[in-house]
Amino acid sequence: MKPFYGTQLPSRMMLGTAQYPSPAVLAQAFRASKASVATVSLRRESGAGETFWRMIQDLGVLILPNTAGCHTVKEAVTTAHMAREVFDTNWIKLEVIGHADSLQPDVFQLVEAARILAADGFQVFPYTTEDLIVGEKLLDAGCEILMPWGAPIGSGLGLNNEYALRAMRAEFPDVPMVIDAGIGLPSHAAHAMELGFDAVLMNTAVAHAGDPVEMARAMAQAIEAGTKAHRADPIEARDMAEPSTPVIGKAFLT
Amino acid sequence: MSKWSVIGAGVAGLTVACELSARGESVTVYDTKGLPGKQSCSWWAGGMLAPWCESEKAEEPVLRLGRKAIAWWANRTEITKNGTLVVANKRDAPDLKRFGRRTGGFCKIKDVQLLKLEPDLTGFDDGLFFAEEAHLDPRRALRDLHNYLINQGVKISRQTAPSNLGNTIDCRGLSARDVLKDLRGVKGEMLIIRCPDVRLSRPVRLLHPRIPLYVVPRGDGVYMLGATMIEAEDRGRITARSMLELLSAAYSLNPAFGEAEVLEVGVDLRPAFPDNLPRIRRRGRTIYANGLYRHGYLLAPALAQGVADLALENKHSEMVDEDSS
Repeated sequence: MKPFYGTQLPSRMMLGTAQYPSPAVLAQAFRASKASVATVSLRRESGAGETFWRMIQDLGVLILPNTAGCHTVKEAVTTAHMAREVFDTNWIKLEVIGHADSLQPDVFQLVEAARILAADGFQVFPYTTEDLIVGEKLLDAGCEILMPWGAPIGSGLGLNNEYALRAMRAEFPDVPMVIDAGIGLPSHAAHAMELGFDAVLMNTAVAHAGDPVEMARAMAQAIEAGTKAHRADPIEARDMAEPSTPVIGKAFLT
Repeated sequence: MSKWSVIGAGVAGLTVACELSARGESVTVYDTKGLPGKQSCSWWAGGMLAPWCESEKAEEPVLRLGRKAIAWWANRTEITKNGTLVVANKRDAPDLKRFGRRTGGFCKIKDVQLLKLEPDLTGFDDGLFFAEEAHLDPRRALRDLHNYLINQGVKISRQTAPSNLGNTIDCRGLSARDVLKDLRGVKGEMLIIRCPDVRLSRPVRLLHPRIPLYVVPRGDGVYMLGATMIEAEDRGRITARSMLELLSAAYSLNPAFGEAEVLEVGVDLRPAFPDNLPRIRRRGRTIYANGLYRHGYLLAPALAQGVADLALENKHSEMVDEDSS
């Protein structure tokens, strides 16, 4: 697995910490998911929620603070600085939201914020679209990781544009890439892994499931299955049947 | 008969005092503020007795124990048993479906039936009607409990509880964090508005992926709008975002809410344990009853019974923590 800014992650699952029925369920879900990274939103839960933070820190996973809810470069940069102080990490998942309903990233401001933060020593995990050119600009800006969306945040639609995601994977073979947002089912997570992505990041799919712990477990299994499938070099899909038994002597050319 | 000191005059302390007094014990309630008021987070509650709706997210005991709360409160204060109506804007239809899948005790209603129940809710095609649910005015409920206790001869003292009290029930809510280390505060923000143009006769819940809202009628055109749930422990002021979200959600229920007067803004912290369920713990001669989270009125009666069972009969109800000796 490619290192993420020099860190070798023990698993390919990144899990958000918002909207669970309770912190106890959150902790169980994390264990079941085998997640190695927890994303936390500084902006929303910004008070002195020390007890909650302690619980997150007790999960024993790496913390990836995010700039969720930021709509401008300035907000995102300020939030990133606050996060660095609170969590004592240079990691920042950069989100600059451009559209209130779809929560689609504003890629123009995203690139600008990434440049500012990277120059300031941050290790930026940019939440972006599946656009190749934006991906290039983000790498130019100093990002060493890309996090394209599968579908809008919380939508559970899976990988909406498989063609573009494949193209992105092929274009940046050495860049660690995470499918961030849109995952609703284990099959979506497996799909991302089969396409060769390095990790997936999800929150709603687990937190809002009727049984978050069971869903977390299912996701972990799917990620494992997808990863193995990718490594195993799957067959190419084709239109005609390829018989697995000899066809000599049969009228197969009819 | 033995003497009991209850510390804290919020919903937990007063229900515990009621339960002990009803079982013939002599009780003094200590609260430096005296009367129930702003110091308790139960002052800011919605007052919904909605065990079925709450079961969407809450653990199983909330439904089972919460169902009994309706009768408990009906004997002690005025409750309105008009049910709860749950709706979602058209684009959030999947949320209504999910809510229905994860709860019970409702019937699906449509167009005309919905308007018959709440004529001021136009623009919603589908709803879930939880007929067995009820609501109360929390401030009135606290006052009624307080008066009932005084009539029963329970003393309500404004003094700080002396340290050598003997048999003590600690119902201090989040203030008990000095002893209960796994207690945390969950921030809630609410508004009280007056809007006589809108007439609702039962709590209405508007589902939304990010901004769920409930509106509880308090009579005379007054409504409680609530409530945010934020994992933060500052109880300073409401944020502009929260107020915007609460008001715009209300506005989407009925645009006439745009003309409402904002009477009060409330911010407080709900005391909660990691699984968001209440706990009873005994340490020496003190029993701690805490962690009612967003289910103060719904679970306080069961909590109080659990406390009395432990205190008087050494009976361990399910809320009693195993480490309790």
